[in-house]
Amino acid sequence: MNTTFFKFIITSAAFLAPLSAMYAQVSVNEPWVRATVPQQKATGAFMNLTATSSSRLVSAKSSVASIVEIHEMVMEGNLMKMRAIPGIEIPAGQTLSLKPGSYHVMLIDLKQQIKDGDTVPITLVFEGLDKKQQTLEIKAPARPLNSMPANTEHKH
Amino acid sequence: MSLLWPHSVFIQRAIGTIWASLALISLVVLAACSASQKFNAIDITGADYAREFTGQDPAGKSRTLAEFRGTIVLLFFGFTQCPDVCPTALTRAAEVKKQLGSDGDQLQVIFVTVDPERDSAVVLKAYTQAFDPTFLGLSTDVENTGATADAFHIFFRKVPTGASYTMDHSAITYAYDTTGKLRLAVKHDLTADLLSADVRTLLAQRTSTH
Repeated sequence: MNTTFFKFIITSAAFLAPLSAMYAQVSVNEPWVRATVPQQKATGAFMNLTATSSSRLVSAKSSVASIVEIHEMVMEGNLMKMRAIPGIEIPAGQTLSLKPGSYHVMLIDLKQQIKDGDTVPITLVFEGLDKKQQTLEIKAPARPLNSMPANTEHKH
Repeated sequence: MSLLWPHSVFIQRAIGTIWASLALISLVVLAACSASQKFNAIDITGADYAREFTGQDPAGKSRTLAEFRGTIVLLFFGFTQCPDVCPTALTRAAEVKKQLGSDGDQLQVIFVTVDPERDSAVVLKAYTQAFDPTFLGLSTDVENTGATADAFHIFFRKVPTGASYTMDHSAITYAYDTTGKLRLAVKHDLTADLLSADVRTLLAQRTSTH
């Protein structure tokens, strides 16, 4: 009896595992990269992330930059600080915005100028609570250097 | 020659804290002393710092604040690899200039780099002019950048981050009136509309005193 029940649990767990991976889907909306001027070696990528279950953005890479890091910008009083962080938590069902004034994906050691209108390929790696990884390839359009968060959020 | 100067991290932090405290205290005291003015930014009229600046423009020519008398000057410190605060401040400045309409030519925006190692003349020029062709990018050598930042009560620090380095820096814009006197400390989150109103007030004061 116990053994049968145990088998049932095991079977169910095995059956549910792929389902939970499916539930951990992350979607990316409105990605964009700030355009650069010639010889400028770094810039930021911004986007909205939504996950069906709690996930974490753990890494990113791009063919346009040698180094890609996840950064957080914080203001301490009037002091601006920017730091590389190990990841960003995306709570289930909520939209997490990577935007000027908070998080961004930092593209460092750019191999080329990013011009307004260019499309920048970025690979994002997410991890669910079950530690399973999901990789998403996105194409982020470059917006002018002087793009503001207001331009991205209030397109009336 | 390391990215950060590890032996002096503690000292740098301590100095940073002291500067930040002094700057805050002086802002509060000065704001209290001149409560009669109606500005959206912090009124620091009479401040005894940030009076003179000498730097090199992208053409290699030495420039001083004094040469901009007759115009309102908005001056701030930043670096071009900053994806966030610096473009936001420059975009706000460009919006202010636009809002001033025909008075826009009476505003000079100056961006001083705190990262002269990476912000070459070419990058600095292209970067500032991407926001407005009249914006001026200035730099000093690394040693002088520190001295200048101190004289302006601006704190900055080189910080390794991942594989590269970034600059922590004060995100304050200074506004000078047409006589070259330091008048306002503008916080990062003040809107372009409110800053434009302050610049207009400063311009109107010139008209009324002449």
